[in-house]
Amino acid sequence: MPKIDPADLDTIADKIRRTMLMREGAGRAKILVHMGTCGIAAGARKVMSALMEELESRDVKDVMLSISSCAGLCSREPMFTVELQGEPAVKYVDMNPEKAKKVFVEHVLGGKIVTEYALAAGSERTL
Amino acid sequence: MAHRANAMICTCTNCISNGSLRIKDALEREIRSRGIEGDVLVVPTGASGLCVRGPILVVQPDGVFYQQLKPEDVPRLVEEHFVKGRPVQSLMYVPPGGETPIPALRDIPFFKQQRLIALRNRGMIDPDKIEEYIARDGYRAMAKVLTSMTPDEVIAAIKESGLRGRGGGGFPTGRKWESRKRVAADMKYVICNADEGDPGAFMDRSIIEADPHSVLEGMAIGAYAVGASVGYVYVRMEYPLAIQRMATAVKRAREYGLLGQDIFGSGFDFDVRIFEGAGAFVCGETTALVSSIEGRAPEPRQRPPRTALWGKPTVINNVETWANVPAIINWGPQWFSQIGTQTSKGTKVFSLAGNVNNAGLVEVPMGVTIREIVFDIGGGIPNGKKFKAVQTGGPSGGCIPASLLDLPIDYEVLDEVGSMMGSGGMIVMDEDACMVDVAKYFVAFSKDESCGKCTACREGLDAMHEILTNICEGRGKPGDLGLLTELSEAMKDASLCGLGSAAPNPVLSTMRYFHNEYEAHIHDKSCPAGVCKALFQFKVDRQKCTACGACKKNCPYDAVEGEKKAVHRIIAERCTRCGACYESCKFDAIVKVPGSRREALVGV
Repeated sequence: MPKIDPADLDTIADKIRRTMLMREGAGRAKILVHMGTCGIAAGARKVMSALMEELESRDVKDVMLSISSCAGLCSREPMFTVELQGEPAVKYVDMNPEKAKKVFVEHVLGGKIVTEYALAAGSERTL
Repeated sequence: MAHRANAMICTCTNCISNGSLRIKDALEREIRSRGIEGDVLVVPTGASGLCVRGPILVVQPDGVFYQQLKPEDVPRLVEEHFVKGRPVQSLMYVPPGGETPIPALRDIPFFKQQRLIALRNRGMIDPDKIEEYIARDGYRAMAKVLTSMTPDEVIAAIKESGLRGRGGGGFPTGRKWESRKRVAADMKYVICNADEGDPGAFMDRSIIEADPHSVLEGMAIGAYAVGASVGYVYVRMEYPLAIQRMATAVKRAREYGLLGQDIFGSGFDFDVRIFEGAGAFVCGETTALVSSIEGRAPEPRQRPPRTALWGKPTVINNVETWANVPAIINWGPQWFSQIGTQTSKGTKVFSLAGNVNNAGLVEVPMGVTIREIVFDIGGGIPNGKKFKAVQTGGPSGGCIPASLLDLPIDYEVLDEVGSMMGSGGMIVMDEDACMVDVAKYFVAFSKDESCGKCTACREGLDAMHEILTNICEGRGKPGDLGLLTELSEAMKDASLCGLGSAAPNPVLSTMRYFHNEYEAHIHDKSCPAGVCKALFQFKVDRQKCTACGACKKNCPYDAVEGEKKAVHRIIAERCTRCGACYESCKFDAIVKVPGSRREALVGV
């Protein structure tokens, strides 16, 4: 009796797909939480944790979560930027865990910008 | 657990000896103390390739490349990059002669111009985690072969790809497999030759350390094609980390049923054993390697008959060759054969060493020029020195001069110019290298490593070494070059194995391209590069000397004369050419003057 079936390879790979996509710089979407001193003071950490929780509980594999420094609009922190592949980046301001979850579901997963929280569309490069 | 960043810390042997394990510990400690261990995962990987810049850390997802890290850099790095999201510029790579750091690995010329097939997973996976190999298309080629291809189809695919042996000889891999498949036998073997012994070569070690499963998968595919059920990985015991990672890989593959019985329900059984060689250069020769596994003295023997472990049909391929096999099956032989030159397909891994800025491990398509490797990828020669030659193929290869920098590299071209591909060692030499001394070095290496079984190699190398030593020490005679040529021809014809017949190559190639240096040593008693101690003098440049006294203070032999405010002088009779004065002078006032002492005295 063989221990392993060719299809099992997919199952094994799928379990760590998000990690591997992140290493390859691939993935469908990227969320950058701005974690400068201002962001952290305003609660960016909680926003980050909420987003990680969403990724985890929904078993989302193709979204990368990363951090960036102060976006320059300290009064509207916590902020994060959502970049869907092939679309302009969108900055969200005055975030909290609940709003972050809503953006995650509607924009990151659903592809629809949550205009009420969005500051503007525009690109920012991390490097 | 989902992480938002992976800190890929290189734990190849080079980086470990530069302290990368301490960096890894410091990273883990610092990340824990800030409570972000759920955010950032520290991953040990194999060699990233830019070994000279180690310890190396690559942060994903952005691919930020940090180099030459010290434990005290780690707190700031974690604070800035992982907590605040600000990559630390001062720890990044700065190109030779440049000022602006290049943050991302993919933008660094060293990496940008490489093409990775054998090293496709380097720096991307933890070599001890089979799941990460599987997630990078690992074991899919084996699944494809076992479930949908006949052994003949596998061999046809490898033949079509044009893959040739990466260990030195360049024999077509598919033809080798075919010849062993045709022989009916109750038992057959496949062997991975990881007895890497060329000075300065570390390709095989790096592949095993970075991605052991690619080798195992390749071996399993080869075993299926020829009908073997047992494989051996022959690694020298000087490679403890490679052995450890290969052992872990074998264990994990067995646990998953990727080695063992009835793999993927195909009825194919295959298992791998690791054999630790004692580290003799001659064991890289296949008949000697097989003798070594059988427990006999590792001495080559006449071929034919073909190399056969325990008398059974055996396929022996090099580490890099095996690592190419899964990629060829996955992406197709046509894809592979589009890369490279007419006769040499795919890529080649080189270990770039010597007088080059970016020493390290590179994988490039066959057909790139030496100039591209040394200058574009290697970043050129340090300290503004001029390129003189590159040595390829180790003790069996030869030296290629600057006039051939634009030569496209493949098996045939290297043969034609008197060198060889070999396993991929590439030693760069600048203008300060003495080519007679280089030839002497390689002959001394071969002399030490000769097994002594056949007279041509044993006595030939001894005689050559004596002649070369005489030339370097100022006792060269007019007939020496003729004698060296004659000895070389005899060794080529009469040696039992390839190591003996190729051992004269370093001498022949340096005589061919640097004939004038030999002439200068023999006839003028002068070493133009200032390496052979009997054949040059140190002199003080009177214009540049500031009478600072540094040379006088540092000379262990009291061979420097001079007072304050008086230009110093070196007393030739006492000078041993140790170089202490040369090293200590801050004003470049000590110069090397070619010529022996006798000549120098006559000159005065």
